[in-house]
Amino acid sequence: MAEFHTDSGKTPVLDVQELGIDFGGLTAVNDLNLQVYEGEIAGLIGPNGAGKTTVFNLLTKVYKPTRGKIYFDGKDTAGKNVVSINKAGIARTFQNIRLFGALTVLDNVKTGFHNVIPYSPITAMLRLPKYYAAEREIDEKARDLLKILELDRFADVTASNLPYGAQRRLEIARALATNPKLLLLDEPAAGMNPQETAELMDMIRFVRDHFGIAILLIEHDMKLVMGICERITVLNYGMMLAQGTPEEIQSNPEVIKAYLGD
Amino acid sequence: MNKISSILSRSQDKQKRGRVLSFAIVIIAYIIIEIMLKTGSLSSLFSSLLVPVTCYVVAAIGLNLNVGISGELNLGQAGFMSVGAFCAVCVSGILAGTVTAGIPRLIISMICGAALAAFFGFLIGIPVLKLQGDYLAIVTLAFGQIIKSVFMNAYIGIDSEGLHYSFVDSSFKLQPGGKMLLNGPMGATGTAKIANFTVGIVLIIIALLIVYNLMFSRSGRAIMAARDNRIAAESVGIPISRTKMLAFVVSAALAGAAGALYGLNYSTLVPNKFDFNTSILILVYVVLGGLGNMTGTIISTVILILLPELLRSLQDYRMLIYAVVLILIMLVTNNEQLKSKWKSLTGRKAKGGASNG
Repeated sequence: MAEFHTDSGKTPVLDVQELGIDFGGLTAVNDLNLQVYEGEIAGLIGPNGAGKTTVFNLLTKVYKPTRGKIYFDGKDTAGKNVVSINKAGIARTFQNIRLFGALTVLDNVKTGFHNVIPYSPITAMLRLPKYYAAEREIDEKARDLLKILELDRFADVTASNLPYGAQRRLEIARALATNPKLLLLDEPAAGMNPQETAELMDMIRFVRDHFGIAILLIEHDMKLVMGICERITVLNYGMMLAQGTPEEIQSNPEVIKAYLGD
Repeated sequence: MNKISSILSRSQDKQKRGRVLSFAIVIIAYIIIEIMLKTGSLSSLFSSLLVPVTCYVVAAIGLNLNVGISGELNLGQAGFMSVGAFCAVCVSGILAGTVTAGIPRLIISMICGAALAAFFGFLIGIPVLKLQGDYLAIVTLAFGQIIKSVFMNAYIGIDSEGLHYSFVDSSFKLQPGGKMLLNGPMGATGTAKIANFTVGIVLIIIALLIVYNLMFSRSGRAIMAARDNRIAAESVGIPISRTKMLAFVVSAALAGAAGALYGLNYSTLVPNKFDFNTSILILVYVVLGGLGNMTGTIISTVILILLPELLRSLQDYRMLIYAVVLILIMLVTNNEQLKSKWKSLTGRKAKGGASNG
């Protein structure tokens, strides 16, 4: 790993090696190397259609990679599926918001605790003491998360009726409920106004500090990306174009060319 | 802001009130009917309908768990009732000599009926619930037809030597004192009628408890999450097919218990009773009562069973009126304009407008 910029003393939570996927004849992602270190906020940027969301789908096992390896927490993730990768500690949000529309905001977050605080359906049907203990814990933790993401006043609102910015924050709260080591945010600031984006930046930093997790985010809002990401990877046509600190990326002629054209 | 304030009124208290309401309706209805039975002011027609109504209510509550809460269409609920009914009739017939008291035998038979129906549900669910789309509807539709054919051709008899069965004809000879439990197309005959209304009401309450306890728990949230957004549900670690299986099996078990009660309420029960039409009728109760709405399901089931009977005096026109009433209810409950008109009539909208302003 010597060729990559590394924070000395930190180990990679996520280590992607020569990752690639083909859809029929189309190579969507190719030869991608990417590391995310403990407690780091990393960014994945690139022009539209560069394959950023495809990378997220590969990391969360929605797609099986055609080539390459994904190591999470030092272990190869081959053979894991969408559910087991979440149990292993990768949580995500979606570019096109995917909430449980008919459930309340609080219940949306509570679904995130499915594997964190488990109890059996029999316990639920018979209302055994364990049910009450577990539900109390879930309720407390879910409300804590809502408070952190400033959603507590919406707790009893049906999710599909939330304002747009709050829906994005709710996705983050739900993902955090699964107790991840790595959080993948797919365009968390999309559709937000500058003030909301600024608040979101503070929130993302707070979440990282509070939970001590690593965050990898896709974002088009350069102010956000350059403002909070410690390291940025640039994708173009499924290939890695550049990798480095925000300053390095901003002055990289290749990146400027990819974004602005010749 | 208009929107938010109206949404904020929808709280968990409202859900709780809905739950309490459904139990209250069942218990009050029971008390009223018991009083009417005691005073003899209930016609024989209605008193004969009491147990079937409780059976259909339980089957509909079960179906609502599957269709409303889990979001999977099931067109074979009558098939599961059929499994429960004939299993219970057989168990009751076998136990007739050993467990002479009616109620314990009824309970054992119902548990067996529910368990067998749940087992069939599990078998069907294994391949089907892995798939996305309306496959469950197709397979349960087929299941309903197949199970009807199976019971049409099932001959089961019991005598001093034990159980005899055949799927061709009643070719086996029973010892003197033996009796046929299932008789092919003629179904079960000579069943001891051990079902009663009180057990039916208890079964409704148990069904409500199971469904509500499941709905407002980890599993219930998972079931609803899988319904609302499959991809997001998987992303938070919810295994979709296992979750849907839980709802489907519980739904089948409730139908089985309901069928068992139904079967033990009549001395004769033919397999044709539980055909596709019955499945659709139960689905109509559920859709009309509101998907996911148990109180609505109870009310719509009772009304739609009683309606044709109340209209009996109109003879040929009764099914026509039944259809018109169905369409009217659907229009009123699903048409936004009619809904708002209804709300303005009842004054609920004016109140909402005031709080928004």
